[in-house]
Amino acid sequence: MSELLDSLQRQALGFSQDWFGAEWGSNLYVLVRTLVLIACVVAPLMGAVAYLTLWERKRIGWMQIRLGPNRVGPLGLLQPIADGIKLFLKEIIVPSGSNKALFVLAPVAAITPALAAWAVIPFAPEVVIADINAGLLYLAAMTSLGVYGVIIAGWASNSKYAFLGAMRSAAQIIAYEIAMGFALVVVLMVSGSLNLSEIVHAQNRGAFAQAGASFLSWNWLPLLPMMLVYFIAGVAETNRSPFDVVEGESEIVAGHMVEYSGMAFALFFLAEYANMILISTLTAIMFFGGWAAPLGFAPFTWIPPFGWLLIKVFIIVSMFLWFRATFPRYRYDQIMRLGWKVFIPVTLVWLVFIAAWMQSPLNIFTPGVR
Amino acid sequence: MNFETVVFYLFASILVIAALRVITARNPVHSALFLVLAFFTSSAIWLLLRAEFLAIALVLVYVGAVMVLFLFVVMMLDINLDRLRQGFWSYLPLGATVGLLIVVEMVLIIMRHFGDAGEAPQTGAAQASNTRELGRVLYTDYVFPFELAAVVLLVAMIAAIALTMRKRKDTKYQKASTQLRAKRAERVRLVSMPAEKQD
Repeated sequence: MSELLDSLQRQALGFSQDWFGAEWGSNLYVLVRTLVLIACVVAPLMGAVAYLTLWERKRIGWMQIRLGPNRVGPLGLLQPIADGIKLFLKEIIVPSGSNKALFVLAPVAAITPALAAWAVIPFAPEVVIADINAGLLYLAAMTSLGVYGVIIAGWASNSKYAFLGAMRSAAQIIAYEIAMGFALVVVLMVSGSLNLSEIVHAQNRGAFAQAGASFLSWNWLPLLPMMLVYFIAGVAETNRSPFDVVEGESEIVAGHMVEYSGMAFALFFLAEYANMILISTLTAIMFFGGWAAPLGFAPFTWIPPFGWLLIKVFIIVSMFLWFRATFPRYRYDQIMRLGWKVFIPVTLVWLVFIAAWMQSPLNIFTPGVR
Repeated sequence: MNFETVVFYLFASILVIAALRVITARNPVHSALFLVLAFFTSSAIWLLLRAEFLAIALVLVYVGAVMVLFLFVVMMLDINLDRLRQGFWSYLPLGATVGLLIVVEMVLIIMRHFGDAGEAPQTGAAQASNTRELGRVLYTDYVFPFELAAVVLLVAMIAAIALTMRKRKDTKYQKASTQLRAKRAERVRLVSMPAEKQD
């Protein structure tokens, strides 16, 4: 299989160089190859997003002793497709008082960073679009761009509700980004690398991993407060319940999305769910050993690495839905208090604690071992 | 013309146009968004120079945080364009003088080093990961200037907060700690009442 792929790549490179000359040919080949790889990641991701919406409705239905969608197809399995067709066919209404260019730009600005972040995610050993050394930094940069979609949408709509949603979102995302950044710094410290593949490898070294119980050597145990802070801040960053004051149906209708319809709305929706899966994947990669199996013996080693990542991401992303069905919405001042007065001090203290731990003779982390 | 040169000129022209639009756009929100585009494009140019840390840090800090706050403020301002334009001619001489001075100073500094920069340094460490290399240099050779800069920034931040903080006596707010300390017994009184007979 991999030999076939290799020979195919060599042939494509040779073909491209024959037609466009050595330098332009190889550059064009890299461009086309990257585009193909992006399609290979984005297409299944969009499928996952579609079926995540179904899973969300089903699961919340079960938690509330309802059936959930069950009319379209067996068990309602074709529901996301029906929703997609419906959104495609709907008219995109542009309010007459809106700023037209920015109104159209906003959904694009929302979904672009949500998809761009996937470029550095390792799905299995060596399976990653761009195995760059500054992967974690790149991820932080991309997730910090997501707020533009919301702010531009809120302003361009020229509507009070949309604007209130945008203001809330900007304040909330900036507050939680700091705590998230510190959590990433601690992960970086114990892994000694910004490369996500290296972060996964670093978690699967050590005494427990050699004894076959690698789940004990993953970052979630020594960095437990960081894991909680990162995940909860991730829920807040994606504007999911209980931090969904940005949309707050009962107060400001749908926040920044209130004036959007059809596919323009669908792009915000896709971006939100893609971000949920992204945060879950990152939690799995940075704290739960990525693609590695939790135990190193028989039935656990049968599942391939990508399968393990998939299982972990599924469990974590289901937590988002569980939260939504369980918790009432936070009050706005409580959100700000949690972000600024609880999470940031917790991360700062744990940062210093881990740093001291790593300098002490009791150090269990092995950063930078290659 | 090789591939990288073409890409450079593409980014450079986008950067110049975006920078021009920052000062010529009528709407301040558009200006701020063009500034975002300018930052983003210059980060792309840095990536062409293989300065990945600087490029990503520019996006992370300026695009991801500073410009969000800028937009936040600019969107809430009620800007009257006519009133802004009234003083244009009276401010022009002063503005032009300051601008000219800045240009002259920059020319004096830059022109001496302008021209052929020669081959880019291709050291092994920079090729491997310039983030790691920068971190190592910052925290070993330049640790004191680095810490000093951090302290200056911290002082500036605290000063900005202290200068603008205004304690309001009349605001009502809840204290989360007292709310959390509330006991059931303080809030709920269970009363047992005998059922009345109904005949």
